[in-house]
Amino acid sequence: METLEEIRTRLLARFPAAQVTLITNPGPAAEHSLLLDPAHARDIALFLRDSPGLRFNYCSNVTGVDWPDKEVVETTKTSVPDPAGGPDKIVETKTKRLEPGYLEAVYHLYSMELKHGPVILRLRTANRTDQVTLPSLTPVWRSCEFQEREIFDLFGVVFNGHPDLRRILMWDTFKDHPMRKDYVAPDDFEWEPTPHGDVLAKAQKHYPAPAAPSGGPAA
Amino acid sequence: MTPSDPSTLNPQLSAPFAAPGGATVRPVHDEFHGDLLEVSLGPQHPSTHGVFRMVATLDGERIVKLKPVFGYLHRNHEKLGENTTYLASMPYTDRLDYLCSMTNNWAYALAVEKLAGQPVPDRAQYLRIILAELTRLVNHSCLVGFLFNDLGTSFTPLLYAFREREKILDLFEALSGSRMMHNYQRFGGCRVDPSPDWLAAASKLVDNFPRFLDEFEELLTGNEIMLARTQGVGVLPRDLAINAGITGPMLRASGVAYDIRKVDGYGFYPRFDFRIPLGEHGDTYDRYMMRILEMRESVKILQQAFRELPAGPIMDPKAKIRGFRPKPGEAYGRIEGPKGEIGFHLISDGGPNPYRYRIRPPSFINLTVLEDMCLGHTIADAVVILGSIDIVLGEVDR
Repeated sequence: METLEEIRTRLLARFPAAQVTLITNPGPAAEHSLLLDPAHARDIALFLRDSPGLRFNYCSNVTGVDWPDKEVVETTKTSVPDPAGGPDKIVETKTKRLEPGYLEAVYHLYSMELKHGPVILRLRTANRTDQVTLPSLTPVWRSCEFQEREIFDLFGVVFNGHPDLRRILMWDTFKDHPMRKDYVAPDDFEWEPTPHGDVLAKAQKHYPAPAAPSGGPAA
Repeated sequence: MTPSDPSTLNPQLSAPFAAPGGATVRPVHDEFHGDLLEVSLGPQHPSTHGVFRMVATLDGERIVKLKPVFGYLHRNHEKLGENTTYLASMPYTDRLDYLCSMTNNWAYALAVEKLAGQPVPDRAQYLRIILAELTRLVNHSCLVGFLFNDLGTSFTPLLYAFREREKILDLFEALSGSRMMHNYQRFGGCRVDPSPDWLAAASKLVDNFPRFLDEFEELLTGNEIMLARTQGVGVLPRDLAINAGITGPMLRASGVAYDIRKVDGYGFYPRFDFRIPLGEHGDTYDRYMMRILEMRESVKILQQAFRELPAGPIMDPKAKIRGFRPKPGEAYGRIEGPKGEIGFHLISDGGPNPYRYRIRPPSFINLTVLEDMCLGHTIADAVVILGSIDIVLGEVDR
């Protein structure tokens, strides 16, 4: 099989407008991946599936990954001369920067014909809240059908062009996306009219008590 | 009776409904067609192998649309995996597919070993192969039994299969302490070393297994009702099987030679001499035969493994059990489970818990083509087709 770097060069030669980034995996497995821009993802997927020498006709695994917003603290050191004539003082200033999070879909491709692989594709959404749309690769590989539905269900990524995008594991009226890192499980799984015990403690932790009405009845 | 073309066998097969690509409802409003009838099959139905539901739309007796409904057994296994340490997820993997705990364990151990760069000693590799192939025997013989239950044989073949299964489960129990929830593999080896007595008993069982298969086949393979009900039913074309990511015996029944034991050569499989049975028509009968033939190949692998099993440690002495924290990175480890490719995709951020823990469930993805295979058939055939896919709902719903 061609190396990932060669595949990337081939893709860039074929799609000059596309952005294909090589993401290295520092672990011992060294399974590197290609980050595609959503606009060209489906064309690139078709190219990977059909062009001779690659023929990745089998999409094995489709995964969602949630990367929440990260607060990065950067420390810069500046030396300030000591007015008393001593050695220079080193002052650390810390600046906080919010790195926006994103949702990611990861595709593991193999070739059943040439028996090579994997090539790992990654697609990233713009953020985690309102721009969560990615192109669906189900028209290219049918095996993505249920797995993309599962990502939609558990992570909340909306796949454009999916033939049947519904919740698959959770029930249809369910509101949240349980596999997100900031998901909070409901306080009581079986509703009870007067919460007490553990359920009450959890509810009080998650929902701040409403502001006490002035002149309300005594407790 | 070996038909060369399945469609000649059953002329209704090339029914006008069997459209490729999942085109489903065909609204016809003329005097020959009545209203479409929607039938909800399951979740509490003995032929759905657990809590699985199919919503079938019928035109007369023929299925024109069939939507599977999942999630009745969903407990968000992947979230559980993210909230526990790597090793604590091992017993949970037993509960995925409770017929093949050993292969689930192995797939997970393989993924973590890949993630951490952990070698495995020779004896443990052989033990893993022995246990995985015994699991394949258990799974396939049960599947054949259940398939015949769906065909209406009312338990006789299933009890033949369970008789053999119990013998193997006794071995598993003697080794791991549990009949079905083995929790046997560890990162860098196995948990218990089998005694010489155990090995002798297992070897004897394996030597006797072909006799059971002969008996089983004599009873079932040529059975006329079985041939009539399965040949040409639920044909899965080769291209669709590849595109839909079907794996395991179901893929090979459609004539695609893709077995991860050969392709990836994980473990010590390249050292073993075995063949991959291939089907020709991709119908239910071929899927049944794949299981029988694979069991015969498994027996060959097992006999070879018992002959060559080396002495030595079963755990890598440098393997870290406590405070196991793989370096940041990700890995996808996959093996050929009895139902297909079972894989684990792990992302580590350097902590004691995986950052992302994903299971690639074979039977869930094999269900993608359930609708395509059932279109144009009757409900009774849909039950048989579902039985031949071989699903376990613990794994489908996770």
